[in-house]
Amino acid sequence: MNTITITLAKQAQLYLEADLITPDQFAGKSTAEIGAIEISEGKIRYPLASFAKIEGAAGPTPEETRIVLNGDWSRVKRIGQQMSAGEIIINSNVDMYTGGWMKGGKITVNGNADSFTGIAMAGGELTIKGNCQNHVGSAYRGDWRGMTGGVLRVMGNVGNDIGTFMRGGTIIVEGDAFIHVHTHGEGGTIIVKGNVEGRVGGQSVKGDVFVNGKIDYMMPGFKYVDDVTKEVDGVSAVYAHYIGDLGERHPDVKGQKIFTNLYLKK
Amino acid sequence: MTEYIIKNGCVIDPTQGINGQKMDICIKDGKIVDKVSNAAKVIDAAGKTVMAGGVDIHSHVAGPKVNAGRLFRPEDKLFKSPMRKSNLRMEMGFSVPSVSKTGYDYARLGYGFVMEAAMPPLEAAHVHEEIRDTPIIDEAAMPVLANNWFLLEYFKNHEIENAGAYASWILNATRGYALKCVNPGGTEAWGWGLNCITIHDKVPYFDITPAEIVKGLIETNEYLRLPHSVHVHANNLGNPGNYTTTLDTLKLVEGYKANNDFDREQVMHHTHIQFHCYGGDSFKSSSFESKSKEVMDYVNKQKGLTIDTGNVTLDETTTMTADGPFEYHLTHLNHLKWTNVDVELETAAGIVPFIYDPKTYIAGAQWAIGLEVALFAKDKERCFITTDHPNAGPFWRYPRIYKWLLSAKARNDLIANELKYGDKVIDTTYIGELSDKEISLYDLAQMTRSGVAKSLGLSHLYGSLKTGMNANVAVYDIDPENLPSDPEQYETAFGNVFAFFKDGVLCVENHEIVNYSMPKKTVWVNSIVPENKQVERDIRDKFLRTYTVDLENYAVFDEHVHNPYKIKVDITQ
Ligand SMILES: [Zn+2]
Repeated sequence: MNTITITLAKQAQLYLEADLITPDQFAGKSTAEIGAIEISEGKIRYPLASFAKIEGAAGPTPEETRIVLNGDWSRVKRIGQQMSAGEIIINSNVDMYTGGWMKGGKITVNGNADSFTGIAMAGGELTIKGNCQNHVGSAYRGDWRGMTGGVLRVMGNVGNDIGTFMRGGTIIVEGDAFIHVHTHGEGGTIIVKGNVEGRVGGQSVKGDVFVNGKIDYMMPGFKYVDDVTKEVDGVSAVYAHYIGDLGERHPDVKGQKIFTNLYLKK
Repeated sequence: MTEYIIKNGCVIDPTQGINGQKMDICIKDGKIVDKVSNAAKVIDAAGKTVMAGGVDIHSHVAGPKVNAGRLFRPEDKLFKSPMRKSNLRMEMGFSVPSVSKTGYDYARLGYGFVMEAAMPPLEAAHVHEEIRDTPIIDEAAMPVLANNWFLLEYFKNHEIENAGAYASWILNATRGYALKCVNPGGTEAWGWGLNCITIHDKVPYFDITPAEIVKGLIETNEYLRLPHSVHVHANNLGNPGNYTTTLDTLKLVEGYKANNDFDREQVMHHTHIQFHCYGGDSFKSSSFESKSKEVMDYVNKQKGLTIDTGNVTLDETTTMTADGPFEYHLTHLNHLKWTNVDVELETAAGIVPFIYDPKTYIAGAQWAIGLEVALFAKDKERCFITTDHPNAGPFWRYPRIYKWLLSAKARNDLIANELKYGDKVIDTTYIGELSDKEISLYDLAQMTRSGVAKSLGLSHLYGSLKTGMNANVAVYDIDPENLPSDPEQYETAFGNVFAFFKDGVLCVENHEIVNYSMPKKTVWVNSIVPENKQVERDIRDKFLRTYTVDLENYAVFDEHVHNPYKIKVDITQ
């Protein structure tokens, strides 16, 4: 695997949008060609080289390309958007939409990420070492097709609207979440190791949600069924098992009614 | 003194019986003329097709419902809104494009006039504001009337002169063009939790049937001598087995004659008829079937009718209609988001996203039925191509529909390769029986130009290349003497007009929009009727008692109407 290192040297007046910083875009290009890839400030496009220093070499394919971002990227959006393979390591905080619509490969943020991190993610691994804001792994505004695959891990806390309209994949929050977890869910798994204030699984029809801490305010549409032992992120424990959201449609699949399962650690 | 000469193109103009003849079209000061001076700019159209600008009879492009569709579907713009090109305004949206994209895309297809298909009278100002902001194309709008409390009461008492006085007042107050009828009685009935499925179901409280409403509207329309006929979206849209309702509705024209000075012959235009040609009693392939032949057999022999197709384009789109109960029904079928707006006393509208997925049987069957309608039509001057934009698909897909009609190969390839249940579609529709049928470019010009303009009563303004006409002219990369062997070329050519003149201004040159600043027109009908004290009193009364707005604030102000083009129809003379 080849590594290309980009050091952000200059801050833009507005926020930058860097949806073209992906192994897919960089693969097979020289440092000069990568420097010419465009980054947007508002409606104006600039060559990446006008903001950043570019060193190293990209691999011949996305799979063989690792991108390391140094400097302060906290005002840069959309890094790794729609990437399909390879790796991005961000040694900084980042702004919104990091890893949005990613299909494969790996992104690690050694810092905090803002909102819309990993939205509509379809595959790959996205890890945030710090905290995230809102709409982590959720659907794009208005869309009913949310995250469908991949593993999105936030090692700190997250805000609200986590995994909205989720259909597949896994979101792991090692800290706390605020409100609206797995709203309108139609599949997938969300694990919150800390506490959630409330509104877990509202209008959700399918999928699994695990909460290891406590939920301050349970949704009235969830009903206790039984206690079960589950292995969650490598650790076995006993959980109280609820099903819901009982206010929603629940189609029969092969004679069995499908519900969202909410597991609360005992 | 701008002059142009479009040289050596193959001209197709059904209004003059010209079918592919090599000739020059001259343009001077916005009009088509017999000759121009040597100073005229030359457009080389050798090996290309030249037609009048296209005319769209039914498209939802402006107003509160369309705008609600834009607000309601941010995801319709996601990754589908390219950065602004240097000489154009920003373009957004796939199924519900922004106003700028709407104007540009119609120009890219070579269209010069578009009829907004549903204007809620109370919201007319919004419709006109969006028309103003839509570049290039001339537009008009039809106020929605078939669930209107005034008319329901007049029709119940069979007071056609009063209905006429009210309809005339509405046309003037909204700067509207024609009388639109959506799910007659059904939308009102829905306010009571009911619907009208046949034309004999009574509307609660008003105690009147859809048949009486449609007949009342036909009589009112002909009493007012309007340019267009009543424009009908019948009851029971989209439901299996609805073709009997459709035939019953179409037969209501029997005994009526067109009464106007605009060359219009029909007394009813039935819109998006694809949605109204269904047999069977469910959407399953074991029951559902096409009844397009049964419906078109009647249309073909009934000169009092024109229709448009409402072709399904197999896209993800946004349905929006004043047929409120239908949208409610739809959201329970596809479980996607739904919004509804009630417009007090007048109408309502619902919106639901919809995916016509070629992997489902039903989308394939609907696709087939829309094409069957066009292929079965004997008189192409009476059958027009639409998608009921955006209901069956976005309007900018018209070139794809042309391709499916011009090329049997394109159609048969799609059945074989893209429809998952192609065999079942063939078994349950007539598309297999039509497997070698194709329309000609002349047919296409009738279905998108001359016939449409005539049905709208606008043949003096659009759809023709006769000397003296406004110079709306489209030049396409298609050589009628050497038709493309690859059907894709039809789609490319009709979707990217080579050159397009709007009112004599060169708008598209070499496939690129070069000018969108020409003055576009809002066409409306100024209907004048004898003084009618009773209707004036009824209007004042209803506004005092029931409307939330004051009568003085209801009518569209002149400032709302962009570059109005008034067609005066005075029945007192
Ligand atoms: Zn319509």
